Amino acid sequence: MKFHAVVDIQLHPGIADPQGSTIERALPTLGFDGMSNVRSGKSVHLDIEAADAAAAEAQLQEVCEKFLTNPVIEGAEITLVEVS
Amino acid sequence: MATVGVIRFPGTNCEFDTVEAIRALGGDAEILWHGDSSLGDVDAVVVPGGFAHGDYLRPGAIARFSPIMGAVVDAAADGMPIVGICNGFQVLTEAGLLPGALQKNAGLKFINAFQTLRVESTNSVFTSAAEVGQELSIPINHFEGNYTCSPETLAELQANDQIVVTYVGNPNGSVADIAGVCNAGRNVVGLMPHPERASHALLGSEDGNVMLRSLLQSVGATV
Repeated sequence: MKFHAVVDIQLHPGIADPQGSTIERALPTLGFDGMSNVRSGKSVHLDIEAADAAAAEAQLQEVCEKFLTNPVIEGAEITLVEVS
Repeated sequence: MATVGVIRFPGTNCEFDTVEAIRALGGDAEILWHGDSSLGDVDAVVVPGGFAHGDYLRPGAIARFSPIMGAVVDAAADGMPIVGICNGFQVLTEAGLLPGALQKNAGLKFINAFQTLRVESTNSVFTSAAEVGQELSIPINHFEGNYTCSPETLAELQANDQIVVTYVGNPNGSVADIAGVCNAGRNVVGLMPHPERASHALLGSEDGNVMLRSLLQSVGATV
């Protein structure tokens, strides 16, 4: 089976996020009020072949732990969509 | 003569300064290529500063998978002195050779400035020739130099005397003012400041030489 995966990588709470802080400070100057807790991360999109969704998820978890994230400062959320 | 291997990744930019500073002290140094899977016959390794693999994904995240890093991990386990400076420190934490991680500076700024450091431990391959409490003027040049680790790891570092150098006047938010740490075996050291940029009076300080001299002495060079 083929899946499209989106890996959403975010810094753990408390880890410095200069980009998020800068965006947050810029919002009111552009006239956008009422927005707070801006955090910026990164997303990695990829296609993956696997026996089933669980196998794809397990493999992506390993990739996240070993490569896509540094578990000391980041976590990741994986979203899978089957590609027909 | 003992030789220090200085690794060059695509994007490394401090390898020649490091080689030059070591040679100026009477030591021998050569450049190693990240794509080789062997360290040749070097006696110690420096992972120098720069932007290995463009710092893509995270600083050090891709460099840790360069072919030469397998040999570095094996050599570290065998007790070979391994030093990571700035980006090299980030590479060594990503490779799991040193605890913790380097996050973005708390002040949200890239900092390039001379910084006063305090030697906290002389029981490491990079500080053995210094004295505990000695203050060194050595520049930093980084955006991601804010050392962080879990409270458990910090307690372990403190209990085992693995905090090698601290900042006097914390420039980047590092936990416990940490500028550099070593592993439990004390043969792997990583630090954000650049001792090779404080290796000659013309550079504004010679205080980095005590660190480079420590490394050379750890492999038997008489300098």
